[in-house]
Amino acid sequence: MISATGSAPWDLFGYFADHRAEVLRLLWYHVWLSVLPVVLGLALSVPLGYLSRRYRWVYPPVVSVTGLLYTIPSLALFLLLPTLLGTRILDPVNVVIALTVYTVALLVRVVADGLAAVPEDVTAAATAMGLTRFQRLRKVELPLAVPVIAAGLRVATVANVSLVAIAGTIGIPELGQLFVTGFQLSVNGPYYPPIVLGIVLCVALALVLDALIVLGTRLSTPWRQVEAAR
Amino acid sequence: MIRFDAVSKKYPDGTVAVDELSLTAPSGQITVLVGPSGCGKTTSLRMVNRMIEPTSGTITIDDRDVTSVPATELRRGIGYVIQHAGLFPHRTVADNVATVPLLTGMSRREARARAVELLERVGLPAAFAKRYPAQLSGGQQQRVGVARALAADPPVMLMDEPFSAVDPVVRDQLQREFLRLQEELQKTILFVTHDIDEAIRLGDRIAVMAVGGRLAQLAAPAELLAMPADPFVADFVGRDRGYRALGFVSAEVAADPEPSVRLGSTVRAARGVADGDWVLVVDDAGAPQGWLDLARRDRDDDVVTPSMLNLGGTLAPAGGTLRQTLDSALSSPSGRGVVVDDEGRVVGSVRAAQVLEHVSEAMRPPTEAVAPPGGPA
Repeated sequence: MISATGSAPWDLFGYFADHRAEVLRLLWYHVWLSVLPVVLGLALSVPLGYLSRRYRWVYPPVVSVTGLLYTIPSLALFLLLPTLLGTRILDPVNVVIALTVYTVALLVRVVADGLAAVPEDVTAAATAMGLTRFQRLRKVELPLAVPVIAAGLRVATVANVSLVAIAGTIGIPELGQLFVTGFQLSVNGPYYPPIVLGIVLCVALALVLDALIVLGTRLSTPWRQVEAAR
Repeated sequence: MIRFDAVSKKYPDGTVAVDELSLTAPSGQITVLVGPSGCGKTTSLRMVNRMIEPTSGTITIDDRDVTSVPATELRRGIGYVIQHAGLFPHRTVADNVATVPLLTGMSRREARARAVELLERVGLPAAFAKRYPAQLSGGQQQRVGVARALAADPPVMLMDEPFSAVDPVVRDQLQREFLRLQEELQKTILFVTHDIDEAIRLGDRIAVMAVGGRLAQLAAPAELLAMPADPFVADFVGRDRGYRALGFVSAEVAADPEPSVRLGSTVRAARGVADGDWVLVVDDAGAPQGWLDLARRDRDDDVVTPSMLNLGGTLAPAGGTLRQTLDSALSSPSGRGVVVDDEGRVVGSVRAAQVLEHVSEAMRPPTEAVAPPGGPA
């Protein structure tokens, strides 16, 4: 890959102009690989978190096992999963599964704690009014846990955006490949533009996703705006 | 009618929360479970709607065993009010009130209309319907809690210390309105409190429970005060129970004429009518404003203003209870209790000695003297 632009860090715009289609394609993959695991992780964490809240003995093992999962280096997990699952080594599915595991590791605890923070008199009132266990979870406990869960979701999403980049080193297409490219082009001294572009796009993506979660949380919790105004 | 038949609740660790409780809460009446913490009163209440399952014994509502229907269905037919109201913070007041009607399949529009109607019934403006619980004061939240419990028009209501978490002034107001509402609605109410004064004020019947979940005495308030069944009950109903029992005896104590002056009169005019050092001051409508101490006024040309007045005395309604009447005399700086009519205008005054004459008359045969329950406390 030979570029006509210079090698100074601020030449990222020139680099982007020259490789527009390729960079946008990488960005689009990056978005998918960041968001999909968060969605899947949340879908798994809600029932797991609920169970660890409902049965007290489930909580300690779930929290320690998921916590342990988080200590496995992501690169190792990306490489290990194909062996475990029989997938191809460059299959993005590996990345999705690995990051889903990390998301679950973060969110299970958050969901359980968020549900536990729902005031006892509120859950008692819900039960006394004849809501079934599921209705209570769906109509009362989860809506009230949204602020806590959303805070965990922000951490998980931003962490995912940066973790996805690591998969670039094993050749999965996303913004991390810009770093690989930059490194490969650094033959006579460092070649910054793709590296800086990758960093800028990752940060921008993290900020946008974070803002979307904040916005979604605000829209789904009008009652909190009222409390904050007091 | 709610009936407990030899109901016990024992926990695996051997703790006995409720011990062989047998008791009937008659239809259309308020039955209060009162006792110190740990006496099993809340446990007993929660066994009625099966939030706690008894270890043995049966509970029936209108002769139907509570275990004969699914718990969620049972609960939708029983109103439930708790301390701090337990409102859903993420739902508007209207949606909170409409919870059970919506669960039982009422349409959204109908449920909302019903919610607004109920808010007005518990003394809240319809405009509150769109607010969130956090925008309401504690007393207002508790009213919403009552409205929510009434929403499905259940014949039976369970109330667990509903007025304990609000300040005394608001509590007094809530209790008064609760009694007024109950007069209209005639629900079968089981009411839990640790406050014997509240029990006496609200209960048609009071069940005093002792630690270990034992029923110590079940009686009408006046009877409970007059004849505590054992030392525990005697201790629990308190030292001034003799005085409190006067709250169940109404009497027309003949009031003496009380001279008064209006606000804005001169001190000289007050001296002209006064009988002793204290003179009663009223407003233009004749409602008492306070007592003026003439011994502390040296300029006769001064005009009487509200800031000069002593506000110590309580007011007794004409024909009120002996407790109210005696209290007005005891609390008055002049020693003369002010009696007012329904419009709050001064009728006259009574001295403590006059009230005590009525007391000794009224209380002589104790079993006959006690008025039927339900009178103002």
